[in-house]
Amino acid sequence: MTEQFYEAPTVEQVSELVAAKFGKAVQLKGSKPRRVYMSADKGVLFELATYIHDVLNFEQASSVCAVDYESHMTVVYHLSNYFNGMMIELTVDLANDDLTVASVAPIWGGANWHERETYELFGIVFEGHPKLERLLTPADYQFFPFRRSYKLRRSD
Amino acid sequence: MSKMWVTMGPQHPFSHGLWTLKVQVDGEVIQDAEPVIGYLHRGWEKECENRTYPQIIPMADRLCYSASMTWSHLYCKVAEEAMEIEVPERAQYIRVIADEICRIQSHLMWLAAMGTDLGNLTIFLWALREREWFLDLNVKLCGQRLTTNFPRIGGVRNDMPYLFERDLMRVVDLFEKRLWDIIALTDDNAIFMSRMQGVGHVTRKEAANLGLTGPSMRGCGVNFDVRRDDPYMVYDELDWEVAVCDDGDSYGRYKVRIEEMFQSCEIIRQAVAKMPDGPTRVKAPRNVPEGTHVARLEDPRGESLMYLVSDGTDRPYRLKVRSPIFVNVSASKRLVQGGRMADVPAIMGTIDMCLGETDR
Repeated sequence: MTEQFYEAPTVEQVSELVAAKFGKAVQLKGSKPRRVYMSADKGVLFELATYIHDVLNFEQASSVCAVDYESHMTVVYHLSNYFNGMMIELTVDLANDDLTVASVAPIWGGANWHERETYELFGIVFEGHPKLERLLTPADYQFFPFRRSYKLRRSD
Repeated sequence: MSKMWVTMGPQHPFSHGLWTLKVQVDGEVIQDAEPVIGYLHRGWEKECENRTYPQIIPMADRLCYSASMTWSHLYCKVAEEAMEIEVPERAQYIRVIADEICRIQSHLMWLAAMGTDLGNLTIFLWALREREWFLDLNVKLCGQRLTTNFPRIGGVRNDMPYLFERDLMRVVDLFEKRLWDIIALTDDNAIFMSRMQGVGHVTRKEAANLGLTGPSMRGCGVNFDVRRDDPYMVYDELDWEVAVCDDGDSYGRYKVRIEEMFQSCEIIRQAVAKMPDGPTRVKAPRNVPEGTHVARLEDPRGESLMYLVSDGTDRPYRLKVRSPIFVNVSASKRLVQGGRMADVPAIMGTIDMCLGETDR
């Protein structure tokens, strides 16, 4: 394990360290000032999230959300650093017939409700989540309303 | 004595909107808590997928009634990033001024609510009296008190009206004096102090991990403000300080909000002095090129974030809203645990609930 960051790594350090540690399992999609974009395989997500939290010192998961691309679904994580205002955008692609992914709620407490919301609106199951129940919609609701296949009455 | 569950809300004086806090009490001490939200869920994000980009601006106002300016600003910001258009400098200054007016009136609304929560009706009346000046400024600037509908994709709707700077300076100067009168009502009040100090204590590390943002987080010692650390518009050209307090209790979060109001006055004063002449709006294209974009800014309540997926048409493919209160309220179990039943209003009041953005 490399050195622990007590403050903040730079954009270049994040890209280099993640590429060195995870190799082909994580694809770097580019960077801008204070932004790093990357995409990870489903299998390494939990390990990568632990690394980003523990070593790179990204203390907060700003947001977890999903996008339904119809051919597949994507879970998008926005991870923030409180020392230099950097944000990592991490995407994980899921096949439509296997909508499960590891939960990052044990690492970032703030991701807890974001994952619950994503589960009830898209039907993505987060394995290892402490309480994966419906939050905004009633408990006996039968649908996943934010999927593209769920049409609004007057939509075209 | 056996433990029992007590349901506070959805109709409860402390809840400021429709939500429920279930608490498990052992005598007077809270053992466990479970917030229940969703009474106001209206599928905001899904609704956006069937509307064109300009049609969403007034919808963004309705996310939170007292932070409408920052929400519509955030939406315009993410759309501008997607369209790759640069906002004229004068419009950037006007947006900063409008955001800070919004921040002050939102914090005053919070202070008024906090006063009634703790049984001090004079704070409520005085805070709402000063808030009225800022709402009058809103009326002068954009014709509306609350749902302002003022930012546009590529700028702002109109330039500042005749003599607006003069009125703004008068209000800011007078407000800074009057705020000290309100502080005298709180800090010199033994009851207010004894109810606020030492309740709802959260450490810096927990606050960061639980995802608390905004004044709630800075009151716990996290030195982070999107306006300074991830600057947008012209905040990096102005000289101001981020209010941080290491206390971590309700009183610390209260102090941060009071200091933020003073800093907002300072920002407004500098922005008016530095504002250049020029256009206030550029033309925005109708269709947005394909791609994903993210924007965040400092809402009065915390860090708000929007994630936009565009597919090349005139409607968003997906628009995700990260509401600061949605995450802050999920931390309420940690906030109230170990406290007493009577402290719940004093703790949850400092979260500054707003259900419109929580449930979306």
